[in-house]
Amino acid sequence: MEYKYDLFNKMIEEFAINEVKPFAQEVDEKEMFPYMTVEKMAKLGLFGIVIPEEYGGMGGDYYMYIKAVEELSKVCATTGVILSAHTSLCVAPIFEYGTEEQKKKYLPKLASGEYIGAFGLTEPNAGTDANNQTTTAMLDEKGENFILNGSKIFITNSGPASVYVVIAVTSRNPKGVNCTAFIVEKGFEGFSIGKKELKMGIRGSSTCELIFQNCKVSKDNQLGKEGEGYKLALKTLDGGRVGIAAQALGIAEGALRETISYTKERKQFKRSISAFQNTQFVLADLSTKIEAGRGLLQRATQAKQTKSKTLAVDAAMAKLFCSETAMEVTTKAVQLHGGYGYTREYPVERMMRDAKITEIYEGTSEVQRMVISGALLK
Amino acid sequence: MNNNDEMTAKCECGCKKTIFVYCEQRDGVLSKVSFELLGVASELASQSDQKVCAMLIGSNLKGLPEELIQYGADSVYVCDDKRLAHYLTEPYAQATGNIIRDFKPNIVLFPATSIGRDLAPRLSARLRTGLTADCTKLEVDADGNLFMTRPAFGGNLFATIICPDHRPQMSTVRPGVMQMKQKDDNRKGEIINVNVTFDESKFNVELVEEIKEKASEDNIENAKILVSVGRGMQTQIDEARHLAKCLNATLSCSRAVVDGGVLPQDRQVGQTGKTVRPLCYLALGISGAVQHLAGMSDSEYLIAVNKDKDATIFNVAHLGIVGDAKAILPYLEKEIENLKNA
Amino acid sequence: MRISVCMKQVPKTTDIKIDPVTNTLIRDGVPSIVNPDDKAALEFALRIKEETGAEINVVCMGPAQAENALRETLAMGADNAYLISDRAFAGSDTLATSTILSAALNKIGFDAIIAGRQAIDGDTAQVGPQIAEILGLPQVTYCADVKFDEEKNEFTLKRQSEDRVQTLKVKGKVLLTVLSGSVKARYMNVKDIVKQESKAINVITYDDLLCDKATIGLAGSPTKVKTTFTKQFNTEKDLIETTPQEAAKIIAEHLKAQHLI
Repeated sequence: MEYKYDLFNKMIEEFAINEVKPFAQEVDEKEMFPYMTVEKMAKLGLFGIVIPEEYGGMGGDYYMYIKAVEELSKVCATTGVILSAHTSLCVAPIFEYGTEEQKKKYLPKLASGEYIGAFGLTEPNAGTDANNQTTTAMLDEKGENFILNGSKIFITNSGPASVYVVIAVTSRNPKGVNCTAFIVEKGFEGFSIGKKELKMGIRGSSTCELIFQNCKVSKDNQLGKEGEGYKLALKTLDGGRVGIAAQALGIAEGALRETISYTKERKQFKRSISAFQNTQFVLADLSTKIEAGRGLLQRATQAKQTKSKTLAVDAAMAKLFCSETAMEVTTKAVQLHGGYGYTREYPVERMMRDAKITEIYEGTSEVQRMVISGALLK
Repeated sequence: MNNNDEMTAKCECGCKKTIFVYCEQRDGVLSKVSFELLGVASELASQSDQKVCAMLIGSNLKGLPEELIQYGADSVYVCDDKRLAHYLTEPYAQATGNIIRDFKPNIVLFPATSIGRDLAPRLSARLRTGLTADCTKLEVDADGNLFMTRPAFGGNLFATIICPDHRPQMSTVRPGVMQMKQKDDNRKGEIINVNVTFDESKFNVELVEEIKEKASEDNIENAKILVSVGRGMQTQIDEARHLAKCLNATLSCSRAVVDGGVLPQDRQVGQTGKTVRPLCYLALGISGAVQHLAGMSDSEYLIAVNKDKDATIFNVAHLGIVGDAKAILPYLEKEIENLKNA
Repeated sequence: MRISVCMKQVPKTTDIKIDPVTNTLIRDGVPSIVNPDDKAALEFALRIKEETGAEINVVCMGPAQAENALRETLAMGADNAYLISDRAFAGSDTLATSTILSAALNKIGFDAIIAGRQAIDGDTAQVGPQIAEILGLPQVTYCADVKFDEEKNEFTLKRQSEDRVQTLKVKGKVLLTVLSGSVKARYMNVKDIVKQESKAINVITYDDLLCDKATIGLAGSPTKVKTTFTKQFNTEKDLIETTPQEAAKIIAEHLKAQHLI
């Protein structure tokens, strides 16, 4: 019998309710990165769940990590995505593609939470069309360092993050570009953080521009093989989508939970609004969709954990369904709350704004459909 | 009789059976609960032909034995020794244990205070007899068998406990529950000074410092008005504190708030907290678990605000408001200010 | 330094309700938890572990299901877990329980024992002092703070009573009981959650202990439960349900009418 999942679930549920929920509204309103919460999460080992003990990690697995993102997102989607971007987009590629030296150098600090991680792929003209990269990395004359020039935008955790996995063009040929991944540390010469985005939702999550002006990156910090950066990015995003699916599912569950308790309390025409069949049927449909999403998410999590070849499609389906479910559940949650739902007095308003991003980042719903149909029609 | 047949033998003062009461004093002042214990002991004694004997342990106890007699003690066993100036478990256990061993009472009552609940279990193991904690009701049959009723499961359940084969029958009794007798200045009794030979080699706990905390309005047991918060109000403690200030009231809470680490133990009302009887108890977001009601249901006037119309707190409330205390709180403060200024 | 922490798995009594029809306790669906005061005891022990590297052994008497609570303490950072479990122990009152636990604690070995002040299902606060007496240890109950000086092998304690705080020092072996409100117990952490999986729960049964059968179990308990009952409340009520503004006004007026404003 495995006790660890029960214990982990109990821990993360209690932590989310007691330590994260009380600050969710403030984090949103003040658009503040929740440093205090991040510190508490670090103490519990949440930033190193999937990292093996030999690299200073906790020796946990993706089932735990995904559960953590889900539970945190139930109460605060900002906190959920901080963990997701850190783990899926920075820890995972360094662990999977890094050299022994790179793993020894970066994973212990990422595991302890001393370093927060981020991932830089998107550019102003390379969003869904990720292959249209313009940030370049050219070897210097001595062949020791790469010199990075260009910029990345919409980078989750940027600013607070200390370590960035960055994709840059290392050579061009008539067919297109060859990209390579690099590990860039905050404080590297020529690397700076640009303007911070003001967003609709997940407003406590820090989203900024990364600027590279003759930024010197040692060859030792090249991640994976030269020219395989694009492949690395896509594989990394496959894993990232499982995290975002978990975030989306969490938001949906959180909104449903709030709505159930509201509709039981709120009285109209001398009855709880939960006594009306319209309410009951809406709640039934939303709950069913959430559980369907959970099924897809569990499959995708298992694919990530077992390194299954079906990960790309499983993750795309999970993210597509969970994010669209999150949007539907939160919209209907606001509707069932009526006028109060539109005010900031109730969290469903925030949850609805938070839900929208899950249909957009780490591949829009349209990209997920491309991935899924691409596999069907190949 | 199992372990201690000799315990049931006649006691020195010539009565058949005795009820001993551990009378708590702190710094030469008798605790109110000591009088309450003498009150219930007198009741029990009269129903079962027993005598009430007080045990008074401490240092510099002049005048106190007389007071105990006035409140119902027939005899007072006094152990006055400067090594007993401050409460410490082992010296007090030796003094009390020796008295009990020597005089073999049928029943021994202790207050369920931090002293009684420290001392009594230590003695029950030393004497290998039964002890029932935190009794709220005591009854006795003609033969002096004690029936001790106490709450369990957070006050959801009450159990009547007996101690059939061991003597003495021991119990700690909740402060504030038993009735004390009217003081009778003419009452006569016997004062017996007891000399105890201490085994100081066992005095292993050293008192470094003792800081008294002022018994003030801030003590929830003395407060006239209590603003009491439950789990749902944990995030609004500052606002609740402010309301309390505005009402000249004291802030108290349910167990969940203490377990949640939001307020300290001394704020807790209920079975495991304090029993309170304020003029007014304003329960905000308290559902009224039986264990909570056990500590406040005797409040003179009880106002309850709770979101759940089926909350048990409404069963005992004089004024019940179904609603979210968090939402009402800011308006309430304004309304009170208005009435104050009117 | 080896510290034994006494822990009890208890029903979450705040979740217990009374069936209004049958007037009996509804225990179905009430979760079992680590007793709050005992969690505080473990927290103090773990702080000493962080400073001195002490070994923390959690000792729990109860049925087999108490393994869940023991695993939770391992996931918080305790080193070893002991379950004291046997049919012969059933029906024990506090003194019989203390007799059994004392024998088990002796068998396991310890330099100090930290327990919660009391368990929320019984609220007796007796087991700690009774173990101390049986094992011949000094006791300090109602501790709101626990500090340990490794060099002097000495505890410094703050004992919280109704009207005062005592600062006490004890050298050598001791039994302490602590209050839950005085310290915030830590959460389980991922590393120890993973690690506990490979740890066994050490089960101690009657045969492992040297205790007289006449002093344990139902037969060895000086106190017996004669009857149990639940309290009844009247269910008639007159409730007001209105807007927050209006509710505030009504409350304020009632306070005024009671001469409280």
